[in-house]
Amino acid sequence: MTDMDQPSTPGADLPDHPDFLWRNPDPKPSYDVIIVGGGGHGLATAYYLAKNHGITNVAVLEKGWLAGGNMARNTTIIRSNYLWDESSGIYEHSLKLWEGLAEDLDYPILFSQRGVLNLAHTLQDVRDSVRRVNANNLNGIDAEWIDAQGVKELCPIVNISPDVRYPVLGATYQPRAGIAKHDYVAWGYARRASDMGVDLIQDCEVQGIDIVNGRVVGVQTSRGPIRAGKVALCGAGHSSVLADMAGIRVPLQSHPLQALVSEILQPVHPTVVMSNAVHVYVSQAHKGELVMGAGIDSYNGYGQRGSFHIIEDQMSAAVELFPIFARAHVLRTWAGIVDVTPDASPIVGLTEVEDLYLNCGWGTGGFKATPGVGSCFAHTVAHGRPHPYNEPFTLDRFTTGALVDEHGAAAVAH
Amino acid sequence: MTNSFRTSTGGRVNRELPLSFQFDGTPYSGYAGDTLASALLANGKHDIASSIKFGRPRGVFAAGPEDPSGVIQIEEPFPEPMLMASTVELYDGLVASGLPGQGWLADRPDPARYDAVHHHCDLLVVGAGPAGLSAALTGARAGARVVLVDSLSEAGGSLLGSTEVIDGRPALEWVESVTAELDEHPDVLHLQRATAFGCYDDGFALALENRTDHLGGAADPDDTRQRVWRIRAQYLVIATGAHERPVVFNDNDRPGIMLAASARTFLHRFGVLAGGRAVLFTTNDSAYAAAFDLSDAGVTIVAVADSRAQVSERLQDGCVRRGIALHTGHVVSGTDGDRRVESVDIAALTGDNEVGQAERVAADLLLVSGGWNPAVHLFSQARGRLRYDDGIGAFVPAEDLEQGRAVGAAAGHFGLADALRDGASAAAAALGPTATAAVTEHQVDDLVEAPSAVLWSVPGSGETGMAFVDLQRDATTQDVLRAVGAGLRSVEHVKRYTTIGTGLDQGKTSGVVTSGIIADALGVGVAELGVTTYRPPYTPVAFAALAGRNRGQLLDPVRLTPTHVWALTRGAEFENVGQWKRAWYFPREGESMDGAVARECRAAREGVAFMDGSTLGKIDVQGPGAGELLDRIYTNMMSTLKVGRARYGVMCGADGMVVDDGTVIRLADEHFLLTTTTGNAASVLETMEEWLQTEWPELRVHLTSVTEHWATFPVVGPKSREVIAALVPDLDVSNDAFGFMTWRDAEIAGVPVRIVRISFSGELAYEVNVSAWHAMAVWRAIAEAGRPHGITPYGTETMHVLRAEKGFPIIGQDTDATMTPQDLGMSWVVSKKKEDFVGKRSFTRLENQREDRKQLVGLLPQDPSVLLPEGGQVIETADLPEAPVRMLGHVTSSYHSATSGCTFALAVVRGGRDRLGETLYVPMNGTPVPVTVSDTVLYDKEGARRDG
Amino acid sequence: MQLIPCPWCGPREEVEFHYGGQAHVAYPAAPADLSDREWAEYVFFRDNPKGLFAERWVHSTGCRRWFNAIRDTGTHDFRAVYRPNEPKPVIS
Repeated sequence: MTDMDQPSTPGADLPDHPDFLWRNPDPKPSYDVIIVGGGGHGLATAYYLAKNHGITNVAVLEKGWLAGGNMARNTTIIRSNYLWDESSGIYEHSLKLWEGLAEDLDYPILFSQRGVLNLAHTLQDVRDSVRRVNANNLNGIDAEWIDAQGVKELCPIVNISPDVRYPVLGATYQPRAGIAKHDYVAWGYARRASDMGVDLIQDCEVQGIDIVNGRVVGVQTSRGPIRAGKVALCGAGHSSVLADMAGIRVPLQSHPLQALVSEILQPVHPTVVMSNAVHVYVSQAHKGELVMGAGIDSYNGYGQRGSFHIIEDQMSAAVELFPIFARAHVLRTWAGIVDVTPDASPIVGLTEVEDLYLNCGWGTGGFKATPGVGSCFAHTVAHGRPHPYNEPFTLDRFTTGALVDEHGAAAVAH
Repeated sequence: MTNSFRTSTGGRVNRELPLSFQFDGTPYSGYAGDTLASALLANGKHDIASSIKFGRPRGVFAAGPEDPSGVIQIEEPFPEPMLMASTVELYDGLVASGLPGQGWLADRPDPARYDAVHHHCDLLVVGAGPAGLSAALTGARAGARVVLVDSLSEAGGSLLGSTEVIDGRPALEWVESVTAELDEHPDVLHLQRATAFGCYDDGFALALENRTDHLGGAADPDDTRQRVWRIRAQYLVIATGAHERPVVFNDNDRPGIMLAASARTFLHRFGVLAGGRAVLFTTNDSAYAAAFDLSDAGVTIVAVADSRAQVSERLQDGCVRRGIALHTGHVVSGTDGDRRVESVDIAALTGDNEVGQAERVAADLLLVSGGWNPAVHLFSQARGRLRYDDGIGAFVPAEDLEQGRAVGAAAGHFGLADALRDGASAAAAALGPTATAAVTEHQVDDLVEAPSAVLWSVPGSGETGMAFVDLQRDATTQDVLRAVGAGLRSVEHVKRYTTIGTGLDQGKTSGVVTSGIIADALGVGVAELGVTTYRPPYTPVAFAALAGRNRGQLLDPVRLTPTHVWALTRGAEFENVGQWKRAWYFPREGESMDGAVARECRAAREGVAFMDGSTLGKIDVQGPGAGELLDRIYTNMMSTLKVGRARYGVMCGADGMVVDDGTVIRLADEHFLLTTTTGNAASVLETMEEWLQTEWPELRVHLTSVTEHWATFPVVGPKSREVIAALVPDLDVSNDAFGFMTWRDAEIAGVPVRIVRISFSGELAYEVNVSAWHAMAVWRAIAEAGRPHGITPYGTETMHVLRAEKGFPIIGQDTDATMTPQDLGMSWVVSKKKEDFVGKRSFTRLENQREDRKQLVGLLPQDPSVLLPEGGQVIETADLPEAPVRMLGHVTSSYHSATSGCTFALAVVRGGRDRLGETLYVPMNGTPVPVTVSDTVLYDKEGARRDG
Repeated sequence: MQLIPCPWCGPREEVEFHYGGQAHVAYPAAPADLSDREWAEYVFFRDNPKGLFAERWVHSTGCRRWFNAIRDTGTHDFRAVYRPNEPKPVIS
């Protein structure tokens, strides 16, 4: 990867994209596998189906433009320091894939392992943080607890004064965590998938799922019916809408999640900082712009726009934690739609309909999981049974009570 | 330096008020009323920035916020990154520099203040050009509450940069008369230097007002620098005008190349000549005004290249009269120059859409006009639908908004008469007959314009040189074509491939052009291709402006208990618990936290101690259905509680997980008072209201938060009875008369109090509840009565140690959202008699039946000097195996017990209650430390101390 | 930021309200009689349509009262609000 080495600190410009990305085929009448949703997860699933399982008679159907949903709208934070074994399993699997992904895809995805700090602002934050660090270490995940001074050393612009409203008491630190460039990731998957024979079909909205005798046989689309041996749903925020077409009830609620970006600035922020207590997470992207996200809007919504007071709260938190950000400017705000489950963990696996597979509920964690879930979901679809990493994430857990309760248990939501 | 490109008269600048500033280290002067851009141009300074990718020199390309090119950094008086020189009002002492597309932040906090104001109005008019003024005036005359916001330093909009005439007078006289009349209407708020940057639902719009920067050193440092206006309008009139659109050609980025109307604005508004020898390249009639006005002001117009085969006689005559060579059917195919344009290549368009041999002419200014894009940003943000207008090559509003309308140039109506009429009729549409009657007709001579040509890019551009689509991003036509060649079909993809439209200007001049070039390359219509989404903010807004006053201690309200000041004067350390500041411990001079906590614990166990527990949530429950409601909410029975008594209770969610605990006392048959944990006070009340209002409206109950009304002071320890007896001599405090879990009304220091015999420490204890108004008097009385016994104030840390020694869990510390009452060893608090309560059904789920659920237990380190880390994980083996290591649970609480002389912990452990006596391990710094599993009660297992 | 028409107080700023999810999901009459799946349906599963959605809101910092709304989750527009004891309005 010598020619694709990425800047570890922000620079004004990015590597060029390749001269050719993907074909724009018309849909064939029939495919072995149809993946509904051409976002990061759909594209990654297609790629791993082709690469790991030799299944290439595959179509990815996207109602808009490829990777134009949450993939284009997220804040690109990648980490695996989750509390529960089930979560850390799949996210660490994902992180390991991230570490070789530029080479695997032969695409400069700009994965920058600059470390992620999750700040603690209260004594209970500290307990929860230490708990998570200890669990991470025993699960083989790099993580450490560092005090406020340590935070300052890693990220000198953080205000660790004890005089602020919610002083920084310390942080968990995952050195291998970081950020990547989302379009580059999605296009890297798309290019390789297309190259291996996968048909990427845009402006093709799935309007119905054909089921005969409890078995899926195809889909109805805005570009006509298409038959399929298997159908894999990767609809992210629209997963409920898709599942409804198949008569499957999923415990999802779709919410707007907003983010924003500043102008391009000289490097000031060497790492990624997340704070749940004051509701902000921020990194400085490769070109130098500050990229930030906030809490989700409380109401259900598919509108890809949120309420402005959320942005204002986020700015208060940002300037509080990073006083030098005061005169940075908001250039652009936007929103994605996140599908959230009751336990803030995903649902990945088989459904009550034969040959219909479901991947949803990633909430705010979808981007970082892209390689991990792509490979596991491809395995699930190829073999008709879950991969060990996604086995815990069944729909059934809401009946048995075997939840993987990340938001109830951990100090970190994103 | 002299203002050598300043006209001798004219313009809106104040020549009596010269201002000094520095740019790139060189001192310059300008006038009040200048922008940084106009002042630089007046000094002949065109080359002000360099481009981000190729380092090419760049100048001022436009006179407004659409400028993709003239990007600067303010250095003094306080650093501010990435502003367009055209939007920075000049002030004395300004120090700025040109940027290579990347700004820098100050290394110190911003001393300026920012705030926000809410405002409501009938009519919000955005833009004080002819359309906006007409709308605002019509609204004002109709008596409506009007807000008029405009981003410039004065009203007039496009009229400031032109020579229009209204009703036979110079248009700016009309502007003056309108603003003067608006001033007289008390219900009109007219804000200049206020840019509407966001439109949201239900008529909600945001405007950023610049209040002090333009005053320079004369600004009051205590005044707010910027203010966000949060305006809720019944009706929105979008009179934001239009942005002139460039045409793309080779080397179209040199300083000295400028949008035609911008050069005209520099002339008329600022008295600045953007050059001495100019060429105009246009596709439409509107740009001729710039050439003619500049010519009349003394600029030599070398040539006009008009891409159209024919132009009107009026324009031909205008050229002839001024000696301007008019080349119809011609385009500019390239430029040359060092740090600024020095020559322009003019070539004929040939029939097969190619360009012929170019003729090179010397010029230091190239005016460009490819037509106009209505500024539909706010309209689009407000969810207005756009349509593509083939005739003008631009996207225009396709409809009215539900509560608003775009008018004038923003609606694609470019004539002055249209603008005036549009504005008035929008106000009339919003406000009805009274406004309709107020509409004034104006006499305006609008020239009939010939159709424009739509030309995105000069044929052949980029094939031999660089032809920039987005100057700020250094993105060229070749980049766009390469994107299309890569298989991209969506403008959003091309934007991401090329980064076009992602700069400071967000593609105001490049967006539609990009769509046009892609459409041509793909052979599709611009209409079906569309344009990238317009998103807030319209122009960049500083983080601090949006943060406003919600910073520092105002980030979140601070809640203080009645004894806060008392604790502060005693040197207490505090912890944040929710919004509350709670006394954490009370160190004496030179005493460590451990020392203070040990001393406080000893006082509570051996003598008497007291604390302020006022932050506990308190909910007053009244009504005939009160007992029934509590029975449904708590896991145990509350309706059987007798008046005069108290009971501990646990609440679960529907999922059966513990959400809160506290005590309930019954004050009367239909009157209960319950406590919640500090952090959950609001959520418990909201949850109870939810059940009550949405599920059980038949229950007649009122719930009232009384958290702040009652101060709560536990008086704890074997000597507490003597203290209470001294405070309330006529109360029989004997255990027989005043038993555990009962309460009595009494009076302390002349104040009525309620004393409850409850204990969160296991010691004899009395909880004194008093109206918060009189809390300090009672607190002092307790301190005084306790003095003979050495009464000791204690904080939350000691409270935690004392309760942990007794195995009392803290919800949220010893539990997360995965613990049931049974997991906590509290099956006794789960009623077997009640048919149902919230969460009950979940207890019988499969997962709840597992033997190996995590259960709360005690852990005793086998080395009693080792303090386990809270959050430490519990494992089975003395050696640390390879990851992943099976984890049994984690340490939730861990303390030194001064009383027992050892360390101890509470933990949740898989199948923990079946492991009592087992040795388990907690890794500390990579080394497993042996611990013995014990029950949760470390101290006074038989409960002998509770009654004294 | 929306203006939410509280049926008790009139239109108020969105920040005064809390969201309460799907409306008309009654607490089961006899939870003990339900299967685990049926109980899970009540506890965890809610509709999530794109389009009209009957949902609950509470005017938390106003009258503190709950009410129902029909809102279009695609546009976020409130189409109707009604008090808990009022029938769900029919909207096409």
